[in-house]
Amino acid sequence: MLETKGRPNRLGLWGWLGGGRWGMERYLYTLHRVTGLGLLAYFLLHIVVTSSRAFSQGAWEEAMARVSGEIFEVGEYLVFLAFAFHAVNGIRLLLIELGIGVGQPIEPVYPYRTSVDVQRPLAIGALAVAAVIAILGTLSMWGE
Amino acid sequence: MMKDVTYRIRLFDPNRDSEPHWEAFTIPYAPGMTVLDGLWKVKELHAPGLAWRSSCRMGVCGSCGMLINGKPGLACNTQISELHALTVAVAPLPNFDIIRDLVPDLAPMFGTHQALLPYVIREDVEERENPTAEFWQSAHELEQYLQFSYCIKCGCCMAACPTFATDALYSGPMPLAQAHRYNSDTRDGGFAVRKEVLAGNAGPWRCHYAGECSRVCPKGVDPAKAIQLMKRELVLDLLHLRKQGCPAPVAKKPTEIKRRDGVPDAPARTV
Ligand code: SF4
Ligand code: SF4
Ligand code: FES
Repeated sequence: MLETKGRPNRLGLWGWLGGGRWGMERYLYTLHRVTGLGLLAYFLLHIVVTSSRAFSQGAWEEAMARVSGEIFEVGEYLVFLAFAFHAVNGIRLLLIELGIGVGQPIEPVYPYRTSVDVQRPLAIGALAVAAVIAILGTLSMWGE
Repeated sequence: MMKDVTYRIRLFDPNRDSEPHWEAFTIPYAPGMTVLDGLWKVKELHAPGLAWRSSCRMGVCGSCGMLINGKPGLACNTQISELHALTVAVAPLPNFDIIRDLVPDLAPMFGTHQALLPYVIREDVEERENPTAEFWQSAHELEQYLQFSYCIKCGCCMAACPTFATDALYSGPMPLAQAHRYNSDTRDGGFAVRKEVLAGNAGPWRCHYAGECSRVCPKGVDPAKAIQLMKRELVLDLLHLRKQGCPAPVAKKPTEIKRRDGVPDAPARTV
């Protein structure tokens, strides 16, 4: 065993982005995490705002007044987009985590075709469905 | 055809440097040159103290994993021509501590690998240690783990994994794929023991299928696939739906078959 520990070289958040030379699933991975954090932030705000009703009608109206305005409207729209992606991509991940769509173990013959290539139609399909939901939502929110 | 190639190498000597730094070296290019051949040339012509690990020169020993033009790969298995660039940037595998120059500290990875019990576990220890015959296994059963057994423990998958990049507690693709390799071997009966580690925080549930491990694996092991199949097994086990059989039995000695005349005896066992 080596006595000295080496110099730390962990990539950290840069590892999520990967420098632009990586596959599509890495970016879906990062987007899934970022949208997940966004939805969590919205959820917490939502709890805080709606729980004000437990205090009084006045507190509720005041809280609602604080979260109205254009910035919050745009924010809500972003939350909707995040939801559209996160929900559909989440279903893709759920299927994959149950081993659906990744293929069976095979004898690796070069050039290798990995499970990532096998599930690619699922990833593209998930993106397409998320895009349709996002477009329909956009039309209904901003269409008039 | 290019005549020279420039190597940009990330150097770090713990006795001299406080931070790693890049240095450039130009060497003559020869057709068929691998990234590893180029490193030898750099050492010969410019930097005699340059350190890296390599041994077999044929993608078998797993020593020469490094970050080549931003992607983890084996230096001996990567032709300079396939990089389609005049500059080869070489850095130590990320997500591992640097011991010196291009030498990563792989010991933590091997520690995790060991903790996941990467060997056949059976109750009939005597038969395993002093076998009287082989354990019975069909060709189809062999296929369920053969792909995962090609791993050469190079660590490229660990360097590519975005979860491992931010989460030091995660076991990482190599040890997990190897745990699945044994879990899916019908000769093994160790699922229940390995599950203790796998169902916890360090296990496969931290993987969110970025798939980078499979994309960079030089041996086509596809650790991302192994990890997802392992998750399915864990879910089935939770629901009591996982097929539980006894580990494969010892193959019976053929009784009906007669030895053909003139076939010589097998040589005596040496181990
Ligand atoms: S799974 Fe592939 S990349 Fe990872 S250690 Fe094994 S051979 Fe290397
Ligand atoms: S599939 Fe899982 S183990 Fe492989 S790189 Fe992605 S997060 Fe890491
Ligand atoms: S030197 Fe053995 S794998 Fe590259």
